[in-house]
Amino acid sequence: MSTYRIRRAGESRSFPVAHPFLDLATTDGAGIVLVGKEAGAAYGALMAVDDAAFVAIELGVECLGVHAGEAADERRNNVVGFARFRLGSAEPSRLVELVRQPWTREEAVAAARAAFEAADLVVAVCNDFPGRIVDRLVRPYYNAVLRRHDEKLASAEEIDKTLCLGLGYPEGPLALLERTGLAAHYEVTQALYLSLGDAAYAPARRAQIAHQRAMAG
Amino acid sequence: MTDIRTVGVAGAGTMGAGIAIVAARAGFATRVYDTRQAALDNARAQTEGFLRKSVERGKLKAEQFERAMANWQGTTRLEDLADCDIVIEAVFEDLGVKHGLFAQLDKICASQTIFASNTSTISITEIAGGSGRVDRFVGMHFCLPAQLMKLVEMSPGLNTSDETWRRAWAFCEALGQQPVRTQDTPGFILNYFLIPYNNDAIRLVEQGVAEPAEIDKAIKTALGYPMGPLELLDLVGMDTQRLLCDAMYGLTHELRASCPPLVKRMIAAGHLGKKTGRGFHRYGDSKMFGA
Repeated sequence: MSTYRIRRAGESRSFPVAHPFLDLATTDGAGIVLVGKEAGAAYGALMAVDDAAFVAIELGVECLGVHAGEAADERRNNVVGFARFRLGSAEPSRLVELVRQPWTREEAVAAARAAFEAADLVVAVCNDFPGRIVDRLVRPYYNAVLRRHDEKLASAEEIDKTLCLGLGYPEGPLALLERTGLAAHYEVTQALYLSLGDAAYAPARRAQIAHQRAMAG
Repeated sequence: MTDIRTVGVAGAGTMGAGIAIVAARAGFATRVYDTRQAALDNARAQTEGFLRKSVERGKLKAEQFERAMANWQGTTRLEDLADCDIVIEAVFEDLGVKHGLFAQLDKICASQTIFASNTSTISITEIAGGSGRVDRFVGMHFCLPAQLMKLVEMSPGLNTSDETWRRAWAFCEALGQQPVRTQDTPGFILNYFLIPYNNDAIRLVEQGVAEPAEIDKAIKTALGYPMGPLELLDLVGMDTQRLLCDAMYGLTHELRASCPPLVKRMIAAGHLGKKTGRGFHRYGDSKMFGA
């Protein structure tokens, strides 16, 4: 059993409401979980983290290295990052992307994984790259779908039906983006475009429009 | 209603075998052609295994199993497709190979026989151009595994007649499939999006972002997809993915469609996917999907 204590640091996209993972925390847990959009700053203010079984920092679109550091004198071998995958306004999924650095100890990764899994979450471990796994994979695909729909490849219904029937998707990408927010897609894919410099991540026209409209209020 | 009674399937690989199961199961006399007897034997054994499992799982009645197996006939002689009302080609994604096959079939089959291609990347109009019957030619792209997936992307070529289109569409519905009309553009809908997406997943492995099992788990959990991209690639096969990439990239010149170097190394190592027991994952057998 992996025990942990939680420190809240602002509103959390991973745990916006009550969840068993929050309930299972103890005041004297061996690990430290920093939850909220200010989790990185909270990590910077922590004193004496070396004794913790693990320290988990909630991430947004940024890399773990932004908070935990990468320089030789900054390296801690018990620090991981995490985020529950969530598309726009949808509820957080069961997936926790657990981010490690090259020097992270296996024991720290295992303890963090056990903590999340005890709350019925599913953990996928990845290295510290922009977009982690899911955003890195789906954002170029979503941009391509939006672009080809613009170019009249087929109607939105035909595209979604084809991808649902052909690949067993529970919901087509165009309906999914409409439901969860094109402006939210813009925010993530624009951040990845800046980080990776790959044109496939450049926001599609419709996402740009949605973003501009959101900015205009 | 369909006027088609006898179906030819040219190519007994993974796709051809799956299409033949669909046709035989739907009650059509089904002739499966391949130059390799071993491929036919393997396809027949896989068909029998799949349909038996369907019976065990209550998806098929015992008498339907017997009928479907009786409908299925393998041959290494192209002439045995002479009496087919439609011939569906499922051979390598190579325009020259497809043209060669259809040129022979054009001499063998009756004038009203429809030719269909299961191509996923090559233009239907281009293939039809070498078939000798440009007006009686359609695209019928089944999805892997064809015996389980209902979608068929149907594409008319520029010269496909309305009558051919109507007959082919009715036949597709009679198979119990769900046709979707697509434009005759590279990759149609499905592969236009899927090939680059799968390549992106391969590049995550190449770049050390995560292990294959973690990538598949993440995608399935986050999005509710039934398979992860690397599991799907193992089913498709690295050799097929390379051909798909080369065809797509050759047509679109989109970087995401270009074949990742890792695919070429895996082919060289014999890690083709499920069919060789090892791809991105390891497998204990090479059996097709269950019922």
